[in-house]
Amino acid sequence: MPDLLPNRFYRDPRLAWAAYAALAALLLTLPFLVDAGMGRSWVRILDFALLYVMLALGLNIVVGFAGLLDLGYVAFYAVGAYFYAILASPQLGIHLPFWALLPLGAGVACLFGVLLGAPTLRLRGDYLAIVTLGFGEIIRIFLNNLNAPFNLTNGPQGINMIDPVRIAGHSLTRPIEILGLKLPGTHTHYYLFLILTLGVIFVAIRLQGSRIGRAWAAIREDEVAAEAMGINTRNMKLLAFAMGATFGGLGGGLFAAFQGFVSPESFTLMESIMILCMVVLGGMGHIPGVILGAILVTILPELLRYIGPLQEGLIGRVAVDPADLRMLLFGVALVAVMLFRPQGLWPSPVRARELHPANPDEVRQEQEALYDAER
Amino acid sequence: MSLIEVEGLAVHYGGIRAVKGIDLRVEEGEVVCLIGANGAGKTSSMRALAGLLPAAAGTIRYAGTDITALPVHLRARRGISMVPEGRGVFPRLTVAENLRMGAYFRTDSAGIAADLERVYGLFPRLRERRAQTGGTLSGGEQQMLAIARALMSRPRLLLLDEPSMGLAPLAVQTIFETIRLIAAQGMTLLLIEQNARLALESSSRGYVLEGGRIVHQDDSTALLASPKVRAAYLGA
Repeated sequence: MPDLLPNRFYRDPRLAWAAYAALAALLLTLPFLVDAGMGRSWVRILDFALLYVMLALGLNIVVGFAGLLDLGYVAFYAVGAYFYAILASPQLGIHLPFWALLPLGAGVACLFGVLLGAPTLRLRGDYLAIVTLGFGEIIRIFLNNLNAPFNLTNGPQGINMIDPVRIAGHSLTRPIEILGLKLPGTHTHYYLFLILTLGVIFVAIRLQGSRIGRAWAAIREDEVAAEAMGINTRNMKLLAFAMGATFGGLGGGLFAAFQGFVSPESFTLMESIMILCMVVLGGMGHIPGVILGAILVTILPELLRYIGPLQEGLIGRVAVDPADLRMLLFGVALVAVMLFRPQGLWPSPVRARELHPANPDEVRQEQEALYDAER
Repeated sequence: MSLIEVEGLAVHYGGIRAVKGIDLRVEEGEVVCLIGANGAGKTSSMRALAGLLPAAAGTIRYAGTDITALPVHLRARRGISMVPEGRGVFPRLTVAENLRMGAYFRTDSAGIAADLERVYGLFPRLRERRAQTGGTLSGGEQQMLAIARALMSRPRLLLLDEPSMGLAPLAVQTIFETIRLIAAQGMTLLLIEQNARLALESSSRGYVLEGGRIVHQDDSTALLASPKVRAAYLGA
């Protein structure tokens, strides 16, 4: 896997294997460690972190790889979630199996991706952002209002009692015992999400290194020049929207089955912005950075829950509501990152070098080149 | 048969008629230049040849087929490669990645590797800087990169739009030495230049554009000697 480890790991394959083995062991035991150390609710947060890693990697294809600013990404998440919710709940009395609906939902989201992509092909930058923002809102408003004349989405109340994930006839909401180990629902979902997340990471890495990934990079850098290289920019941009939407739809289906409940409130503009923040904070276009961004943005706000009890312990009452602090601190963190690390917390090596050249030799060479040109 | 043959080509920007029906042709292996003042329609004509602007009227025939309606990327795949004004290098990709991108639609990896060596031979500077990003190069180096990248597609027709623009005199000299070298190796070239003397000295034939029309065409040596051209474009 490129870029995931510091250089010395490439030179010593044994070291790399040891690092991967340690990482695998950590990922496998993580729900038990977290459960024992921090409580069951944190395992749930972990599940959500994995879900958001998938979503952020999906948006990263559109924003990070192809350079198309999409502010309505949550629409695809919503499409995936509602597709599963409508076809596997008492809402219409239809209960299709999870494993059939998950890929179908991703496919439907993919179609919506093309639907959004096609009319916006000629738009760039700010204009594209505004149209995608509108698209996200249209989907949410539709979901909010499609309870009449025919009750498809149950309007603002949302859809309840959605079928859980079933593996071999066993519902993942109930605890399961494997080899004497008792796995509660949060744990089994963790493993399911982990496997799917690894799949998404694998696909994202393969895409980035492929001809398609190179075409996206060219479009991101200079669309006219990309066309002149013989790249069919129209198809490649549509493909980026479609691939990103597919990941979003996948995440949506998982979300619906995991929560058992969906409502339009989960798919607001704020949610799109959060996912975009994960991508930008972590390091646009750099897969490990995006993963880190998704995990941090999911987990850090949860830590604020401890601030209420902390205040009571120190001054005897809750002076500042943690819910108010959440957005304030989030804003401060964003501004700080953009000021001090504009390239993201964990940018790709090329991008990092460009903003903060570590090697003074390189800078000197560049300056000499400029001097030559001026002479 | 000419490699490219244009008849009655008109290019409009909204209501502005930038090119008002021009005829031109370039034979295989020839170096032809388009000269003219700012706004004469040089760049518009060239962008229409590459497919970046639609033709409002007229036909473009390339290697015997009508390509007037063909989109940019398909013209590129057939061998029309354009080095745009302002160079258009990919700023955050390395020099090597930029060059690889030039060979995007090719699948013969041995041929690509050989061509990479060839362009590094033409531009040793690029080999030195192959791990640097395109945006960190000097103007002259970016122009070298843009030309090298165009060559990586093994074009049959290379379109060069103002290769001297914004470059220091020394860099211009280097670029034009290389252009002459590429031409001597048999490449078909269509060249746009503000620097008319340089363009005419590097080409075998030339067209003079004025207000969207071709007003003179002749061998470059004849144009260099023509009193009208000398007065209007050569400052003599």
